[in-house]
Amino acid sequence: MAPVPSTSSQSLYDPRRHVRVDAERARDVSSTDFPGYWPNEDHSWNLAKFQEGLQVKVTRLSKRSIEFDLVGVDASIANAFRRILIAEVPSICIEHVYVWNNTSVMVDEVFAHRLGLVPLNVDPSLMSSREDDNDQPTDRNTLVFHLQVTCERNKNAPKTATDPAEVYINSEVLSSHLKWVPQGEQEIVFADNPPAPTNPNIVLMKLRPGQEVDMEMHAVKSVGKDHAKFCPVATASYRLLPLIVLNPKKPVPPHLAEKFRKCFSPGVIEVDPITKAVSINEEQMRKETMSREVLRHPEFEGCVELKRVRDYFLFHIESEGAYTPERLLPESIKVMREKIATIRKAAEALRSDSGGSGDVEMRDS
Amino acid sequence: MADAAAKKIEILPGQEADLSAATYRIYGESHTIGNALRWMIMKNPKVEFCGYSVPHPSENHIHLRIQMYDNLSSLDALLAALDNLDDLCKTIDDAYTLSLRRDKYEVWEEKS
Repeated sequence: MAPVPSTSSQSLYDPRRHVRVDAERARDVSSTDFPGYWPNEDHSWNLAKFQEGLQVKVTRLSKRSIEFDLVGVDASIANAFRRILIAEVPSICIEHVYVWNNTSVMVDEVFAHRLGLVPLNVDPSLMSSREDDNDQPTDRNTLVFHLQVTCERNKNAPKTATDPAEVYINSEVLSSHLKWVPQGEQEIVFADNPPAPTNPNIVLMKLRPGQEVDMEMHAVKSVGKDHAKFCPVATASYRLLPLIVLNPKKPVPPHLAEKFRKCFSPGVIEVDPITKAVSINEEQMRKETMSREVLRHPEFEGCVELKRVRDYFLFHIESEGAYTPERLLPESIKVMREKIATIRKAAEALRSDSGGSGDVEMRDS
Repeated sequence: MADAAAKKIEILPGQEADLSAATYRIYGESHTIGNALRWMIMKNPKVEFCGYSVPHPSENHIHLRIQMYDNLSSLDALLAALDNLDDLCKTIDDAYTLSLRRDKYEVWEEKS
């Protein structure tokens, strides 16, 4: 099928950018933009060319999530950012729990685990990480929280009351019960935004009269690959832009136009009310779920091709914790560049070791 | 290997004397850098072959194999690719920041 010329985004229909989606198979999955793949074409790295082809466009933003398009990069790059967002962008979580008293029904270690999972609103750039477990806690790398909750009967509760929230005082331990205890210079550093859980209403456990918890917690900075509680995102994912290509040589028969429309997600296909001609709404095309329903019907064979654009990534990132969603991608880029700098430094050292004379120091073998 | 930075990378035995073919072991890295770096090295027309692997999931390092044409140094190719990758990151960062400031996008209220 010949590529269909488009009015809005010509290059989107370049077949080299397409991953074909057949009924039972995906085709042309690998990228081919490498030197030597296409004869007499230059595919070597060219920053100016990359800058020209790169397109980053934020499409939706809320207080908790962001959606943006990242166009013109290889999957390995997009995937690197996704992986860094999940595993290597740091955040602050409770790591050590010192239990003074716990007469509740929940054992210490289970409760400590639950405390660790509570997202905190602390900007990680204001703190440093501990080098290792034996590192001295300081006001730069540790936040201290206290939790002291005792449950008692509510003497003023009506006789008929049965709801534990009415009958007892402190029947539930909530995340809002965590009290931050400033250390050293922290009072000044965190003056604008005192450390606390992002959500004050998380039920940590339930208490009954006579039961008490009293503990101290130390929160530290670390990354998601250390423990999932440090992961700053709820989800960070991308998908490739769906592309529906109609075949001008075989238009959809007018009496089947409605059936054709229903094979796709709502809004993706438009049917002209008079001529019953089928067209694609390019704005809505990204909503297509790629169910491949249209490929099940023999009457539509050859009318349409389903594809995805290989270098067109639709990112969706949900923030959980301290970072505002729009800050997450820049943070992941920062982590990536730090990694590159570290490797670069080590590679430079390797080169000066070898001195270019071939006398390379090797691993003991 | 007296230099502390040298611990990050080492060359595995069996490399060519002029480093035109070598396998690098990079500590503390995974697919994240491995695949991105492999892609950038393969963008170099002087590279005959480049591949990476994570030899074992419980060992925290990757292997990166680079083979060059014309007896060029694979270490130079690695360094060039690192520079290019940094340029790429900066370009994306700038483009994103610009889009966030300039573009019109839907701002919506999400219940949490």
